Parts: sequence; structure tokens; C-alpha cells
Amino acid sequence: MTDTLLTVDDLCVEIPTRRGILKPVDHVSLTIARGEILGVVGESGAGKSMTGNAVIGLLDPPAHISGGQIHLNGRRIDNLSRDKMRRVRGKEIGMVFQDPLTSLNPLLPIGDQLTETITEHLGVTQAEARKRAIAALEEVGIPAAKSRIDSYPHEFSGGMRQRVVIALALCAEPDLVIADEPTTALDVSVQAQIISLLKRLCRERGTGVMLVTHDMGVIAEASDRVAVMYAGRLAEIGPVRQVLTEPQHPYTAGLMGSTPGASLGRKRLNQIPGTMPGLSAVPDGCAYNPRCPRAEAKCRAEPRPPMTNGAACWFPGEVKI
Amino acid sequence: MSVIVRITGLTRIFDVSKPWLNRLLERRPKAFLKAVSDVSLEIEERSVYALVGESGSGKSTIGNMVVGLLAPSEGSVEINGVDLYREKDEAKVDKVRSDIQMIFQSPYASLNPRWKVRNIIAEPVAARGGDTKGLAEKLLEQVGLSPADADKFPHEFSGGQRQRICIARALASNPKLIVCDEPTSALDVSVQAQVLNLMSDLQEDLGLTYLFITHDLTVVQHMADTVGVLYLGRLVEEAPRDELFEKPRHPYTQMLFEAAPRIDAFGREVDPPKGEIPDPINPPSGCAFHPRCPFAIDRCKTERPEMRKLGKARVACHVAEA
Amino acid sequence: MEKTPNPPSALARFADGDFFYTFKRSPVAVVSFVVVALLVLAAVFAPLIAPYDPFNPASLNLMNGFSEPMVPNAFTGETFWLGTDDQGRDVFSTILYGLRISLFVGFAAVMFALVLGVTLGLIAGYIGGWVETLIMRVADVQLTFPSILVAMLIFGVAKGFTPPEYRDDVAIWVLIFAIGLSDWVQFARVVRGATLVEKSKDYVQAARLIGRSPGSIMLRHILPNVLGPVLVIATISLALAIIAEATLSFLGVGAPPTQPSLGTLIRIGQGFLFSGEWWILLFPAVTLLTLALSVNLLGDWLRDALNPKLR
Repeated sequence: MTDTLLTVDDLCVEIPTRRGILKPVDHVSLTIARGEILGVVGESGAGKSMTGNAVIGLLDPPAHISGGQIHLNGRRIDNLSRDKMRRVRGKEIGMVFQDPLTSLNPLLPIGDQLTETITEHLGVTQAEARKRAIAALEEVGIPAAKSRIDSYPHEFSGGMRQRVVIALALCAEPDLVIADEPTTALDVSVQAQIISLLKRLCRERGTGVMLVTHDMGVIAEASDRVAVMYAGRLAEIGPVRQVLTEPQHPYTAGLMGSTPGASLGRKRLNQIPGTMPGLSAVPDGCAYNPRCPRAEAKCRAEPRPPMTNGAACWFPGEVKI
Repeated sequence: MSVIVRITGLTRIFDVSKPWLNRLLERRPKAFLKAVSDVSLEIEERSVYALVGESGSGKSTIGNMVVGLLAPSEGSVEINGVDLYREKDEAKVDKVRSDIQMIFQSPYASLNPRWKVRNIIAEPVAARGGDTKGLAEKLLEQVGLSPADADKFPHEFSGGQRQRICIARALASNPKLIVCDEPTSALDVSVQAQVLNLMSDLQEDLGLTYLFITHDLTVVQHMADTVGVLYLGRLVEEAPRDELFEKPRHPYTQMLFEAAPRIDAFGREVDPPKGEIPDPINPPSGCAFHPRCPFAIDRCKTERPEMRKLGKARVACHVAEA
Repeated sequence: MEKTPNPPSALARFADGDFFYTFKRSPVAVVSFVVVALLVLAAVFAPLIAPYDPFNPASLNLMNGFSEPMVPNAFTGETFWLGTDDQGRDVFSTILYGLRISLFVGFAAVMFALVLGVTLGLIAGYIGGWVETLIMRVADVQLTFPSILVAMLIFGVAKGFTPPEYRDDVAIWVLIFAIGLSDWVQFARVVRGATLVEKSKDYVQAARLIGRSPGSIMLRHILPNVLGPVLVIATISLALAIIAEATLSFLGVGAPPTQPSLGTLIRIGQGFLFSGEWWILLFPAVTLLTLALSVNLLGDWLRDALNPKLR
């Protein structure tokens, strides 16, 4: 990586509960370069959204960062005060969530929300901000942006609303966008539009994107590199084609084998036995060992496997899809 | 092979008007939503028929009419030759109804949280006054859970396990037809694989017929024998699976396939489809797809295409060719 | 394939559950629970605890009248903890018996309101249509009147229909009916809302598909799932019902002097307030206040504990 935008180094997030401390993010390290889309994939509860929330400083208490560092543009941001972090969000990091309604204020016209963000972060006049807001809406493909800028969020369809959210996330020209399941609630045809829009905008502006999703197909089409998470830990990270076609970690291999589109013509899907452990019952050693076909005594022993060839596994590449 | 489900001219209209006082004040007429219009199809015994469509396509509404939860506005649903909604002989209808079961989308909402798993699973039999001794245990084993799980409550299980419980309940009355409404879309991929495999095994072992309702093309491609594609409440194309995936004939089917993310298409630059699904309350004239269709001709704007037989497929399009 | 350990007993699950945990961690909840429990126990076992039977004329000595608390009576030398009233009745004992009446009326009225409200709410929510419109409009109309007014109206009408010689016997039951009928609306509204939510869930669809009748679905499927909020309202209503009963009795339209509730005692006591016998009023009033406050605090806590969204 020559031009690193975001560095997440050994990040840990903890949630203290009365039954002990849960670790939804457990020693995760990753980087995103300018103009790069990093896909973060994993099953529900794997810690992928929590990682995104930790980066933007939006962890719900009592969850908190308990270790590691996050650098954006070479500046450490995980220890910033609430106020400073709020300025980083929006200005330097944009956010797109699954449900567009949670990111838009239903009582304000979308134009007001856009101009507010623009004036706050870019320090331009109202008139200039409005001009930019219209330009932003046009850029995300909202027809007749000039006349629709004063509409309220509920007057837009689901797909259009998600476009508005993307415009809102990008209007202050951030360097990084965190997109958490941006297309999960949308129909297939609209999903294709949104994905293609995200890709185009990032390429044109050199914005880095963390694309959190559970959909392997979206990952394959949209991202440059992919990080696979399991039980709060990074299982594998690498270029998307390499990870999905020649997975080094047995979990990635299992995941690919159980995706219907990847194993065409087979009568049965390859299935991984069992389910991902809950955060309160992560096994010793490699978290995947009880479900892994290649597991040995070494995998069950205390020190967890180190990253080799981009996979946290003692025997990388030995389990095929 | 004999036909187990025959749907003819099935139509369902919902009254989506505002309350009468609002209508009076705003001087608006009543508003109607045609969720399903004139759908005809047949499902063969021991096959998997998949209904595919995006939101507003009416696929779940069709499912609800097939299982008998929702009466059609027009048309008929025949199960094994018995018309579910017009047959006068109550005993016949009752018999046919016990042959139909359903698996729902959300494994969290489809199990009563206050009931023990044993009672949930046995309910279809208990409701008809049957013998439920040992039934839950037997079915739990059949779906890959432990018989000891019968005394637990739903919240003690994961999403995948709950979906297994739903399957066990659906099997309790020895049904012939199971309508599966997005059975795996709430599940993670690895759990989805387990559930889909289980469903395939059960189909083979018990000779079941599935009506599979989903928006996920990969699941359709994996499970279905025959696929029906719905757009705005109408069946636009129906074909055997391999035929459809090799040669989609309707422009909408083509668009859908093109837009669906593919796991082997790294960095693919799709030309994203134009426009969005129109408002179903005021659908476009003629062929409902014409405003988004790249091949639309003048005829498409005025005249609604009838279903035509093209090769092994049935297609509702003026332009499509065999 | 996946094995889970055998389920623990219901009691073990409760002791280990989040509900009991939050209860233990809330001093307000623990204290108000203990106070309510003590008051209920005192009321139930009143005949065993009370040093005197205040309603047995044979045991009353008029000479004991107006004894001050903890001060030996000038004539008889007897000492009463909380003093006596004008007829020489031990205030402590009358409070215990009054508590009994108050709690009984409160509980019974809430039960009556609960059964009525829950039934109507379930029917309105599940059946819908004009049945729902009818039930909810009646509820709306009733809400426009203060409930104490409704209770007084019902009480007055009922009294008019009862022959005078039976009035004292039926007074308590009329009171329960009046308070209960003025209080069902809340239950009906909440249950209707919860029913609408539950009705749309797939487990209800599954039961319909199986061929269960609407009655059976309401009773066996929906009812157990809407009881959480009902419990909260019932607790808060209990405090309100006890106060309503006291208000009615204080106004003289409630419990008769032969079966005095706390409200009746307060009415009797206020006559002596300015003649210096403050204890006849104060102690029943403090008991009522403590009871209503504790029940209310318990209800507030219960609402927060059962509805995590409010926290």
C-alpha cells in the first residue's frame, strides 16, 4: 500500500457485562488505501459492523475501544474527544447505513440536511452550499435535483433515499466512507444501481470505502480487497479475487462452499457444521477449531494462530472449497 | 407426474384507500392495489417451483392464497383437484388443507415465544385432535436437533435452529405441499446452506412438493425445478430452471439476472438497470415493464402481452423470441 | 447435531435471569417491594396481629376514647401504640382492618378492570372492523370523563337500585364494580395495540393455517404475549384504585362505617383534626400514602424493567 488512508492496528472493542467481558472486536488490524474499497464480510455477530462503528467513534456504551490504535491520514483518531470526533465524522469520514431512514431527519427537507453538513464542514456561504447540495444530488443520480431538493425524506422511494444518504455522506468530501450493509434493504435492480454509484464516486474522487456486508456477491463485484471476520477476529484478508477463489483460511473456504452461486451444479451445498460461537463462548486457540475439518491439537492450544499468507491459520491453504 | 397445484386466473385486489373522512375531505376516490393479477400456473408433484420477484411483485400474496390464508378476488386455487375457495364439501377442503404447510421468513417471529418447542411442533396435529405422543421428539431428530430440545423455549435457539423447528412443525401433519416464503433470507450463508440441504433431503425422503418464494436468484438456481418470474403482480416468464438461466427470454428476467451480484464476477462493471419499480397503485399501461424496457415498441405501451409458449418457456412479451 | 445442556428449572432460570438481576440492583424496587409485601401480609393476617378487635362492641370500652399514642389512658391505664378514636377503638387495629378492605377493594377492582379490558382489547385488536371501532369509541368517550366521576355515577345509580337494608352489605361490591368499570380503558387500549403487533407475526399466521379458531388463537397464542404490559398497568392501576377507593370513601360514598377502609378512617379522623386528636387522622393517612407510593414505585420500576426501550 503506497498511499494509506486508514490504518486500524490491533483494535479491540470490549463490552463489559455482568457475566464477563465480551470482545466483539478482538485484535483486528487492517488498512484502506485512497480510492480502495475494502469489503468486510462475516456472519451476523462476527463483529463487522462493530469494527466500522469503532472507526467512526459511534460505539454504543458500554461498548468501548480497549486496545489498539486507529489512524486516519496519519493522525490518531481513536482517542479524540467527543467534540473533535464529531468534526472528523462528516468532514473526513462519511457514513452510509442499511436503513436510509435512520440517517435522515424525517422532519427536515433533504436540502437543509445537505447544506447544513456542507456549511459546517466546508465553511462556505448558504448560497454556495445550496449549489453544492444540488450538484451532489445530481451526482448521485437524483433526477430533477433542483426541484426535489426541498422534498422531505418520506417523499423518496427506498432506492432514491439511499442515494440521498450517499450524497449526504459524500457532500463534505470525506476521505473515507463507511458503508454498513448499504444495499441489504434494497431490491436487486436498485442494489446494482447503488453499488455501481458507490464504485464510480470512489474511483473519481479517490475516496476509500469500508464496505460492510454479508453478501459475497456484492463483495466480489465491488471490493478490491476483502477482510473476512469470524467471532470478532480477522480470519483472512487479501485481494478479493485471491481470497474468494483460493481461500487460505478454512472458514473462508467453508463460506464459499456454502454460497449457492459458487457451487453450481452440485446437488448439495457444502455446509459448515454447527454455528458461530456466541461472544460469551469463544473457544480457546483458533476460534474456528470446533467446526474446522483440519483442526489439530495445536489449533485448540492457547496462543491463537498468527497471520500467515493473510490468513490467521496454522495450516493456510490446506482446506479447499 | 401429476399436477398438485393448479392456479387459474388468480387475482387479488387490496383496498388501500385512506379512511372515509380523509377521502371525503380531500375528494379522492377509493384506491385499489392489484397485488396479483391474472396469474395461472401449475406445480407438479414432487417438484420445486420457485416464484421470483422484487418487492411489490405479489409473490408472498400468491403464497398466502395457495395456503388458504387469503381469499382471492378472482380466479381459483386447486390442490389435488379440490378448489380451496369454492368446494362446498367441508370435509374435502379440510383434508386438502392438512396437506399444505408453510415455512416463514423470520425464524424469530414464526415461533410463539411463550410456548415450549414440543407444543409448537405438535400443534398442527393437536389442533386436529391427533395423537402427539413422541411426535415432537421424532420430528426434532428428523430435522437434525436433539429430542431433549423439546422442553426448551424458542429463545434458547439460534436462527438456524429455529428455522429447523419451523420445518419440524411444517412436517408434523404429513403435508404434501410446503409453501416456503423466503425461508433462508434471514439466515447467514453457512446456516442457509445447512437449511437448504435439509430441505432438499426432506423433499427427497418424504416426496414433498415445494413452492419456493424468494428474491435470491442463487437460491432459486440451486433449489428450483421450475421458475416463475413475477413483475408487478403478473407472471412475466416461466421456464424450467436450466432453460431460464441459460436463455432468459423476457427483458425483465434478463435485467434481473444482469443486475444480481455474482460471486465470480470480480470488479464487474454492470450497466445498472434503469429506473425503479413503478407504483403498483398506478401501474403503467400495456406491458408494466415498458418504461424500463430497452426493447419496448409502441405496441408495448398500449397492449398488454399475453402469455406465449416459446420453446420450453412461457413468456409474456411482444418482443421476445424463441 | 448441536447439543445444548438440559434446561434448568424454572426457579433457577428466574434467579439467574436478567429480571431478578435488575431487581436486585434497584434499591427503590427492593424497598418498595418489601413495604408492599409487609403491608399485604399485615392485612391478610390482621385478625392475628391486631391487639384488639375494633368491630366487636363487647371489647370496646368507651372510657378508652381519645387515648393518646403511647400514653397510658387516664381512666383505665391502658396504653395504645397509635392511640384510640372517640369510641375507644385501637387505631392500630382499625388501620390493619382498614388496610384489608382497601387492598381487597383495590385488588378486586383491578382484576375486574383487567379481565374486562383485556378481553375487549383482544377482541378489538384481533377481530378489527366495526367491532374494534365500537369498543375503542366507547373507550374514548369514557376517557373524556374523570374516572372518579364515572365511579361516583355508577355508585350512585347502583345505590338507587338497592333496597336500603342491603346497602351496607353490597356497598363493597358496588365499590369494586364502580372502580373497575372506570379503569378498564387503559387495559383495553394497551392490549389492543399489543395484539395488533402480535397478530401480524408469523406464528399467528401459522396457527391460522393450522386451522385454529380465532378464539383459540387469541387465548392460547396472543394473550400470553401481551401480558407483560398488562402486568405493569395492573400494578400502577392498583395504586390508583386504592386511592380512588379512599377518595370515594372519604367523600362518604364508599365503604360504610361498619366496614371502614383507610379512606373511611381518614374521613372519620379529619373530624378530630382541629380538636387536637391528630393521631386518628394521621396514622391511616400515612399508611395509605406509604401503600400507594410503594405500589406506584414498584409499577414504575416494572415498566422500565419490562420495556428496555425506555431505558
